[in-house]
Formats: sequence, structure tokens, C-alpha cells
Amino acid sequence: MSAISKRFPGVVALDGVDFEVSGGEIVALVGENGAGKSTLMKILAGIHRADSGEIRLDGTPAALHNPQDAARLGIGVIHQELEVIDTLDVAGNVFLGHEPLRAGPLRLLDRRRMRDGARQALARIGANIGPDTPLRALSTAERQFVAIARALSMNVRLLVLDEPTSSLTSSDAERLFGVLRDLQSSGTAIVYISHRLGEVEELADRASVLRDGKNAGTLQRGEITRDRLVRLMVGRAVDSEPSRKPLSLGPTVLQVDRLRTERFPMAEVSFTVHKGEILGIAGLTGSGRSEVVEAICGVGPRLAGQLFLDAKPIAIGSPRDAIRHGICLVPEDRRRCGVVAAMSVRENVTLPGVAAYARYGLISRAAEVAAVRHTTAPMMVKAASLENPVSTLSGGNQQKVALAKWLALRPRVIVFDEPTQGVDVRAKVEIHRLIRGLADDGAAVVMISSDIEEIVTETDRVAVMHDGRITGILPRADISRESIMHLAVA
Amino acid sequence: MTQKEIVVLLLLVVLCGVVAAASPQFLSGANIQNVARLVGTYGIFSIGVGIVIMTGGIDLSVGSICALLGVLLSMMLVEWGWSAGVALVAVIALGAGLGAVHGLLISRMRLQPFIVTLCGLLLYRGAARYLADDSTKGFGTGEGFEWLRTLAAGSIGGVPMPFVILCVVAALAWVLVHRSVYGRHLFASGHNEEAARYSGVNTRGVIAVAYVISGTLAAVSAVIIAFYTNSISPASHGNFYELYAIAAAVVGGCSLRGGEGTILGIVVGTALLQVLRNLVNLLDIPSSLDFAVMGAVILIGAIADQVFSQRSRRPENIEAARH
Repeated sequence: MSAISKRFPGVVALDGVDFEVSGGEIVALVGENGAGKSTLMKILAGIHRADSGEIRLDGTPAALHNPQDAARLGIGVIHQELEVIDTLDVAGNVFLGHEPLRAGPLRLLDRRRMRDGARQALARIGANIGPDTPLRALSTAERQFVAIARALSMNVRLLVLDEPTSSLTSSDAERLFGVLRDLQSSGTAIVYISHRLGEVEELADRASVLRDGKNAGTLQRGEITRDRLVRLMVGRAVDSEPSRKPLSLGPTVLQVDRLRTERFPMAEVSFTVHKGEILGIAGLTGSGRSEVVEAICGVGPRLAGQLFLDAKPIAIGSPRDAIRHGICLVPEDRRRCGVVAAMSVRENVTLPGVAAYARYGLISRAAEVAAVRHTTAPMMVKAASLENPVSTLSGGNQQKVALAKWLALRPRVIVFDEPTQGVDVRAKVEIHRLIRGLADDGAAVVMISSDIEEIVTETDRVAVMHDGRITGILPRADISRESIMHLAVA
Repeated sequence: MTQKEIVVLLLLVVLCGVVAAASPQFLSGANIQNVARLVGTYGIFSIGVGIVIMTGGIDLSVGSICALLGVLLSMMLVEWGWSAGVALVAVIALGAGLGAVHGLLISRMRLQPFIVTLCGLLLYRGAARYLADDSTKGFGTGEGFEWLRTLAAGSIGGVPMPFVILCVVAALAWVLVHRSVYGRHLFASGHNEEAARYSGVNTRGVIAVAYVISGTLAAVSAVIIAFYTNSISPASHGNFYELYAIAAAVVGGCSLRGGEGTILGIVVGTALLQVLRNLVNLLDIPSSLDFAVMGAVILIGAIADQVFSQRSRRPENIEAARH
């Protein structure tokens, strides 16, 4: 792939990226969240089309217009979210989309060939899974193997794996590496995307680093070390950020004690949030950040652990419980969880506390409108009218609405999950100012972000997570892109 | 009034004009009373079903609830000799109770509304036939509960009681749905249950209450219909009523995806359907075509609505609307 560029509305995802891989080679593709790895691989898989640039396969230009083209050319991509179907059995999944048919006009499935083919493909990667086993009975690693078997049954010559180990245990990961090495020795080209730099060191013949949609450098086997990778990913000399004054912490508002979530049942998370501070939670996608805050805010399940508000234990089993204690969440998925897009700005802003403007259960429109004007005036929510549906607003203004709805409740603890994802630069600055304003007014603020820049510039302390655990909490003076990255890839 | 309410109301006026022009009988006192009685009767349970549809659910059980409660009402009054007041309270409490069961199964156990209320449709129909021994029930000479009959099937100053009751129910429902905290939570849960939950709305409670309302209003209708027909054959009494209700709600602007609809729209939708039936009747169209005419008109309406709303959803029109 040479000089690949791709723009999405508002962002340049890839800017003249070169990438190559030969048969029998494992190339790791690494970079921060949003560096362009997935976009590059989606172009290779025929899901996106590059705006410019060229893809050559064995020296001839390849036209990849859709996933079928990629499959025909022997390119198999295994995405992070495995594309397997739970209700089908193993054979059905292996041959999904290219089922062998029996002769005859009825185009019936050839179950026997499917079963035999699935068994062969699984045997080739040393996975002992019966072709009739339903997918939902399999572990995550076994599903991973089924996905690989599927790629093999399509005779792939280039296999791309996106974060294949993110939900595997280390022994399952070892099994997977064995399979990949076997495929490598049989001449398959492998592209391996991972945030786990230890795996990259262990497995890759070459590591190609992307940063902000551009090539940041390539390391050959032997040169690949965690430090060098991190430096290429971050792209700055060590400690280039000005060191900041340590912040004197206010009293503890929220204490999280040995919290465990369903996603990482073995990992315990403990931390405190203080009055007037912004605690950042950094970590790569899938490190368990959202799960932790969702458990705190009552929207997600909590396996164990105790929460203390002002040193008093509190029980939270639903968002309502959390809100009653003044713990509010501005969730990551704005359109699904943050706002009711079809309802007006007014109705969204007053949704959590509409009872405050009601008497005998009947809402006073005048009181409601006055309250909404009061909350939204300093936020510059650009709705021509407060009666417009939220769906007509820009992403930044939708996010302000998702935030504004909590303001009237005067939250003690307010949690932001990716507060500026998909918003433009101006709105980003305004949202940062609003968040800082909340902290200055005495709220304890928690902010999850995948944007390291945002974590570095906007937070007072940073808890870094990896695989469901907090690998370190950095005081203000120690916050830098490098220190965060080191903890995040632990 | 919303745009949809105005369109449906205009449609109703035009339809009434057409029918009146085609058949002078339409405007006769007796016919108007008859149509008003039917609009009242069907409108009451349609409002209940409409509120359920606003949550994004569906209630298929109202017709069978009418049959079961009709049979029970007759048995209470005629066979068991209950006083009219006790029987009325018992029937309405039963309707609310069945609605509560639906609501709990749907909101607590996360069963699908279609399945729960479909099972209700089958169960209550079977129960009605079994209790009545599959024979027609009636109210005999009606001694001892005259006031209840008058309340359900009489009229005040020429206005049929069902229509009066509908007006009261619709006014209460309008306040509940369009002016109360519950109503706000109802629309939020219907549009986006997840976001409503994240905002601290008790979405399960909101949804369960909608089914209780639907069951209660079905019980009110059951009393009216029982006295209106005066004989209850358990196998056919109330057949298809749930479909009338769904049709009225949809014609009146409710979306089966939830979160949309108005009480006025549901009432006007009910009226539209009843005038259509009246048209079939008055214009000597074979009554076997009754359903076909309704189906065709609703389908044409749905297609027109889709074409219209797709046009207004185009980007350039949204831009235009913003300026």
C-alpha cells in the first residue's frame, strides 16, 4: 500500500501512508487510538475506499471496492469485534457467506462438506473444536480460532488481525501466537494490530508505527523495544511538556474501593476523587475504563466493591440511585445514552430533574423554560430555539445538552466518558472550559479520554488503566504523554 | 396542535363532507348519535393502547379482555347477584390487574410486549368461553342495576354516554400524557429507553404503568360494550378490537417505534375509522368490504405519510427549516 490518504468529514484519518508486508512475514501495526490503524486495515478489507494512493498485490494494482473483492484476492481481516454468529454452529460460521452447495436447482447446503471443511481448517491451526458446536458454547479464544479458520477456508494469503488478544487470557494468547507462527511458516502474510507492546516485541518481524494518520517509523526485528515503540507512537522527545505545579487536593468526595466489573472479574480497582479536581482516566480502548465508571454510575453491572461518598458507604444499583447521591454520567455514546435525540433541547435538559418544575405531577412550562434558559445561556448551545429536536444540533452542541441536563441537579461527582469525541475544535475548547468550571465550583470530576493530549492538558491527576487494572496514578507533576503511554501498554 | 393532528382532523372533516354529500342520512340525528356512541366506545380503549404504543410496546389483549370482563360482568350481576357498584369496581380492578401483569412481565422479565399480550389475547378469550360455557350471556330484565346500564349505555341530553365518558377519559389522558412528569418520562422512554434510564427515569415503572392504563381503559370499555350489545357471545365479543385500537393510534400519528403520538390524534383516528365504517354502511357498499375499505385507507395514509416525512427529512429541507 503506498501513499494512502483518507479523509472523513472533519478529520484526515490517513495522510500518505505507506505500508507493506511480504509472504511469511508478521508485521505489527501499532499506534495510539485514532492513529489510523483501523482505517488503513478497513481500506485493505474493502470496507472503506482510499481517497488517493495505490494498493498492489504481488506487484499488480488491486481494485478493492468491497469486502467481496478483498476476499476474492485472498485478504482476510479479523476485526476486534469478531464477526461470528452466536446462533450458528462452528461449521456454519466457518463457511458463512461462501457455503458449499449441493448440485441441483434447489441450492441446498452441503452440510457434509461444511463439516469436513471446518474440521480441516480447525485442525490446521491445531484447534480441537467440533464443527457442530454452537458458537455460544465457545470461549473467546475458541471464537477467535473459528474466525481464523473461516479466513483459512477462504484461502487467505494475507491475514489481518485487529487486537486479537484484547479479550484473551495469556495462555490463550500463547496458543494464538503458535497458530500465527505456523501460518507464517506456511507462507501467509500476517498483519498484527495490537496495543500490547510486549506481544509486538515477541511476535513481529517488523513493526510499523502510525501517528496522527502518518507513518511515524518502522522498526526491524531486534530494534523493537517498548521504549522505542512508545517514542515513535508519542512522537515527542521525553518530557517536552512543561512540568506543572502540583495541585493541593481538596477533601475526598468519592472513594472507590476494590471495585470489580463483569468484563474483568479478577481485576480490582480502587481510587479516590477529590473536591475540585479533574481526575483523568487514561488507557487504551478496551482497558476497562468505561466499565469502571459505568459501575460507579449505576448503568453497568458491579460484581464487587464498595463506594463511599464523603466517607459514608453508599449503595448504587441503578442510575437513579447514583443520581440521587449526586453522581452523574455524561456517557460516551451520546446518541444512544446521552440524549433523547428526537426530543427538544428543553425536554432533554430537564429530563433528569423535571419533577422540580412540577406541582402535583404537572409540569409548569414557564418554570421549565426559565430553568432551561438559565442553564443553557452560558453554554452557547446553538439551537435556533430550545424547542428544536436535539438531533438537529451539531455533535458539540449535543454534548453540551448531555452535560447541561445535570447542571440543575448540582452534581457532587460528575463523570465524563470521552467528552469531546467527534466534536469540532471550538466546541472542544468550550466543553473543556465547562468541565473546568464544574471542578472550580467544587464538583469532583472524572474524565475518561482516549485523546492523550486532552488528558495531559485538562486533568489534575491521571489514573492509567490496562487490562481492567489501574497500573498507576500520576500526580499532576508527572503527567506526560510518555508516562501515560508507558502505563497504558504495561 | 401538531401538524399530524391537523392533517388527520382535516382528513376527518373532508371525509365527513364527502359522506354527507353522498348520503343525506349521515347528518341525521340518529346516525350522528350512533357514530358518536361508537367513537366513544372504541376511543376509550384506543387511548389505552395508544399510550402503550407510545412506550414502543403493543397491546393485543384488549379485545379478549372486553370479552372476559363482559362475561364476568354478566355473571356477577345476573348469576351471582352482586350489587352493581361492587361489580363495576371488580371489573375495573380486574382490567387494571391484568394490565399490571402484562406490564410486570414486560418491564421486569423483559419479555416482548407482542408475545405477552398475544398470549393474553388467547388466554382471556379461552377463559371467557370456558366461564360462559361457550354460551351467550346477557343481562336479563336488568333489575337492580339500571343506573349502571344508564351510565354505560344511556345518554345525556341526546349525547350518548360512551362519548361523554370518552371526553372525560381523553381530557384526563391529555393532561397525563402532555402535561405531566409521567408523560415526559413516557415519551423519553419510548424514544430512547437507554438514554431515559441514564437520566434517572424509572423506565420500567413508566412502561408498566402504561399497560395498567391500557388494561383499565379496556375494562371501562368492556362495561360499555357489554351493555351496548346487551348479549355477550364469548367467542366473538370484542374480536379485532385490538386491531381497531392499533389502527386508530397509527392513523392518529403514533409510531409503532414508540415515542410519538398524541391523545387528540388517537381520538380523531378513532373517529376517522368509525366514519369510514359508517360510510360503508350508508353507501350500500357490501358490509363484507368493511375491513378492506379500512385497510386500504390506512395503507394509503401510511404511504402518503412516509413520502411526506421522507421529503421533509432531506438535508436541504432541514437546512431550510433551520433558517
